[in-house]
Amino acid sequence: MTLNADNEVPPIVAMRGITISFPGVLALSDVDFFLRPGEVHSLMGENGAGKSTLIKALTGVYAIDSGSIDVTGTSRVFRGTSDAEAAGISTVYQEINLCSNLSVGENVMLGHEPRKGGRIDWKAVHRMAAAHLESLGISVDTRSLLSNHSIAIQQLVAISRAMVLDAKVLVLDEPTSSLDRGEVEQLFTVIRDLRDKGAAILFVSHFLDQVYEISDRITVLRNGKLVGEYLVKDLPREDLVNKMIGRVLDDLEAIASTAAREINRDETPILRVTDVGRRGVLEPADLAVFDGEIVGIAGLLGSGRTELVRLLYGADRADSGNIEVGGTAVKMTSPRQAIDHRIAFSSEDRRAEGIVSDLTVAENIVLGLQARKGFRKIRRAKQESVVSEYMAALDVRPADPNMIAGNLSGGNQQKVLIARWLATAPELLILDEPTRGIDVGTKAELQKKVAELSEKGLSVIFISSELEEVLRLAQRVVVMRDRRCIGELDSQGLELEGLIDFIANQGTGSAA
Amino acid sequence: MKHRLFWPVVALVSLILINTIARSQFASITVRDDRLYGALIDILRQSAPLMLVSLGMTIVIATRGIDLSVGAVMAVSGAVALTIIDDATDPNSLGTVMVAVGAAILVSLVLGVWNGFLVSALGIQPIIATLVLMLAGRGVALLITEGFITTVNSTPFSFISTGYVLLLPVAFFIWVAAVAVVGLIERRTALGVLTEAVGINPEASRLAGVRSTGIIWTAYAASAVLAGIAGVIYASNIRAADANAAGQFIELYAILAVVLGGTSLMGGKFSIAGTVVGVLIIQTLESTILFLGVPSAQSPVFFAIVVVVVVIIQSPNLHRVLRNTFRTTRSAGPGEPTSDAGAAG
Amino acid sequence: MTNVETVGSKLQSEGGYFQVFSSRHSSLLPTLAALAILIMLFIGAEIFLRGDFISPGNISALLLDNAYLVILAVGMTFVIVTAGIDLSVGSVMAFTGIWLAKLLEAGTSPALAIPAIIVGGALIGLLIGVLVQFFDVQPFIASLAGLFLARGLAFVVSLSSIKVETASVLWLQSTRIRLGDWYITPTGILALLVVFAGAYVMQYTRFGRTTYAVGGNQQAALMGLKVPRTTVAVYVISGVCGGLAGLVLTAYSGAGYPRNGVGTELDVIAAVVIGGTVLTGGRGYVLGSLVGVFVYGTIKSIISFMGAEQSWMQIVIGALLLLFIVVQRAIVARSNRRT
Repeated sequence: MTLNADNEVPPIVAMRGITISFPGVLALSDVDFFLRPGEVHSLMGENGAGKSTLIKALTGVYAIDSGSIDVTGTSRVFRGTSDAEAAGISTVYQEINLCSNLSVGENVMLGHEPRKGGRIDWKAVHRMAAAHLESLGISVDTRSLLSNHSIAIQQLVAISRAMVLDAKVLVLDEPTSSLDRGEVEQLFTVIRDLRDKGAAILFVSHFLDQVYEISDRITVLRNGKLVGEYLVKDLPREDLVNKMIGRVLDDLEAIASTAAREINRDETPILRVTDVGRRGVLEPADLAVFDGEIVGIAGLLGSGRTELVRLLYGADRADSGNIEVGGTAVKMTSPRQAIDHRIAFSSEDRRAEGIVSDLTVAENIVLGLQARKGFRKIRRAKQESVVSEYMAALDVRPADPNMIAGNLSGGNQQKVLIARWLATAPELLILDEPTRGIDVGTKAELQKKVAELSEKGLSVIFISSELEEVLRLAQRVVVMRDRRCIGELDSQGLELEGLIDFIANQGTGSAA
Repeated sequence: MKHRLFWPVVALVSLILINTIARSQFASITVRDDRLYGALIDILRQSAPLMLVSLGMTIVIATRGIDLSVGAVMAVSGAVALTIIDDATDPNSLGTVMVAVGAAILVSLVLGVWNGFLVSALGIQPIIATLVLMLAGRGVALLITEGFITTVNSTPFSFISTGYVLLLPVAFFIWVAAVAVVGLIERRTALGVLTEAVGINPEASRLAGVRSTGIIWTAYAASAVLAGIAGVIYASNIRAADANAAGQFIELYAILAVVLGGTSLMGGKFSIAGTVVGVLIIQTLESTILFLGVPSAQSPVFFAIVVVVVVIIQSPNLHRVLRNTFRTTRSAGPGEPTSDAGAAG
Repeated sequence: MTNVETVGSKLQSEGGYFQVFSSRHSSLLPTLAALAILIMLFIGAEIFLRGDFISPGNISALLLDNAYLVILAVGMTFVIVTAGIDLSVGSVMAFTGIWLAKLLEAGTSPALAIPAIIVGGALIGLLIGVLVQFFDVQPFIASLAGLFLARGLAFVVSLSSIKVETASVLWLQSTRIRLGDWYITPTGILALLVVFAGAYVMQYTRFGRTTYAVGGNQQAALMGLKVPRTTVAVYVISGVCGGLAGLVLTAYSGAGYPRNGVGTELDVIAAVVIGGTVLTGGRGYVLGSLVGVFVYGTIKSIISFMGAEQSWMQIVIGALLLLFIVVQRAIVARSNRRT
């Protein structure tokens, strides 16, 4: 837990003892964080680590409960984003926060347009914008509409705007999510340029390779606490991965491992996809799932696990590839089709994509069945029996089917969601991060349930950031990194360290 | 236990009480010539058009949409019915009237399907999609009546809005039947729950396999059919087809009724009973205003105040400000903590 | 330092002038389309009505008869560009118009009465703006409340029409400044002044540019722009325009009439949309709305020339509106897909 504070270069931003809590959640606990000029600093951590909360504290979106923020030596309190901006902290958001209906030049200068005699001097606007873009090495027709340009260019325009605002600190939030290799190179050139000119750059990204390519320093958060701050050259990949997700104390070893179960892979797979991908989202990938098998997908946040299963389910449309269900080629263009093929998908964002919050628990559980049945209502007796069966099987608490689903705890909402899908008697169940944000006891129950069901013949695709879970349940593990499948492992005999090493190093030439 | 209908019912009862105190004749009901008479009966009768339109508006709003064309549909419906009766050989025959009413409702259905097409198939914003019909509809109605206010003398037709059966107005039975039918369809079939799901969380519903296109289309079709029936009642009442006056501003009052009844404009859970109470509140308010001697043309001022008060009370911003004044929590909304967990994997 | 990307010059060398033009001004295209439609209407009318249509008198009358609509359209443009909508303008126009008539009848000097009604319009706009910005009310509901309020107030002022006899006000309409066979009235001049003022503000002031930003970016506040005051201001502007339109209409008809302007807001919205302003916000030009009003007025003229029923007016406008909306949606969808 050592803090490497460089004594030669005073930090431009010093956050000390930052604590932020929300009702029921301690998001950040006594975290220190420093940004130094002339450095690219990456903030790393999985979901729930507090990364996003810390960034929002820095950019003025959240107020802090305790601790202090100093910018160039002066103590600051940010009451809003404009305060942070006024302090010289500029953010380029993942969703490009510019006006696509306006010209490039106008976007760069918006709010600060030079005026002559009370009216905007457009010639000067475009001249100055061009100059700013030039200094980043970009030459664009500043009078053209922003929407005519690729995301990569738009991002550079956003960075340019930050320079207009004389930013000393540039926060780049997932800047490379929509860029291809060439555009990433272009962006990195610009970043290095700005760094050499003295800017402090906070680079937030899930792409491990890129973090190592561009950063000088890394800070790791875990469960709301600071794990440490390290120079990149002193932190090999597997150490980083370990610090982010490493060993979690668990008493779940009591659950018999299903990893060792024999799977018959000679029959036609329940689902087979080849070359399935989507431009800018997922490189073409192959996957096959057999009867009664649990396939785990492991990788860090942003590696493309959810993107892959969404394509399998028809939630998103694939640009390429073939999908076969039970040996027959199908087109998977909507969730309806997947459901008709007896595939079920439990989304990782249970609030936005899973639970219909104002409906009751019972209505939520029955929703999948009802949607399939159409307008004729499922008979009350059947409804009640389905609801009570699954509420008991998954131990939903409180055991009140008429409770409004939105009032349940996260863990119980997850159970309701899984109940919904189990009620449709699927042949393949895709579970995306089903145990996130759930207490240990419930985690164990869910995993036990999944194991039982697969024993009865249900095939499962199981995504989890908790690698122990994946190793315990899955017979086979597909590993993903940076939007690509990088390999498949047989889980029998596979240890946690080996899996971590594979995630970190496979394909980079630095394998242990 | 605070039931959702609590405040609307309290408001309605208070209004009735105030009226009864102010004019003792208000609550009295007398029987004469096989009919019940009284201010309350009048309210039940006169609220028919608004009740029908508001019913349809409730369903549409539940899908996160809006239907601004209902007034225009009323005008078209009245025009169709009256033109058929006017052109018929025997305007007084029951058969003619039935054909006329049937045609009017059929035309309304077509208009509703058109709206549904624009919204669910072409994906046009509901406000804009129904604005087109709101504009063009009255023109169509005027064309059908060839620019005149067609009048007819048809006893069966007038009976619809002015007749009485079993002591009570026919119009009252019509809207009660409509409420019953819509209520049954929404609650006895799965349509109600699925509509609510689509309105509350369109993405979760899509992932759960709900066919939202059909649901949205049905909502607009239903809204137009109900507006069509309302148009027939209105035309029957004035015994004419007045393309400009029919249903003027009714969409605004319908939206107000829905909001008063507790259904949120954001879509999702809806309450038919709430809308019924909302319409009765508006009708009683109108009656109160008239009794106070305020010319009915000036009554919109009162309704403006009601709208402003209701939306301010329902404003999420207000709730947030109030919550923050009494608790020292941060400015982030309650959903923020889990946004960490919401990033794509 | 490496030269990373050169986009603009690539376009210029490959695609030529048109490519550059459309990449810079694609939002002008709908307005140019409207202009083309206007010209086609003129030509068509001229041919079919046998040369009677295009005359200095008729075209001058076009501005004269629709001056109130022009003024309302300017205010509406501001509102729609921010992705809002104002359904109250017709009623505000009626309210301010009848109030003016009443004040004049009571002997108030126009120098006091006219500013008073403009303030009245502005206040209603302020109410709407505050509801939208600070209470999260949808613009359509908030302006609905404004519509109710203004319409009711119009009848509170007077239940029937009030004639205007004040010479200075009537002068606004009756005076014709001639230039050969062309003429213009002070009301027409006022309308044009409002148009040019509006166009200037939208193109040459930071406030104007912020309205485009607000319409084009839901999170414009994160860009450091002053969103709240801009949002409220556009509704106040619309209210002011409502007041000016009330003045113009009262001068035009010589009387205030509380039933004026029923449904006018729809005509204004249609004109603004036809003129190239997108209902989803972020794109549009005040001058385009002027063209839109002329299209509207020309259609009305043609219809009455042809002796057809006025009901066709509403149908044609409705159909045109639909056409423009569908095309706008297609254009916006395409530019979104590109990013």
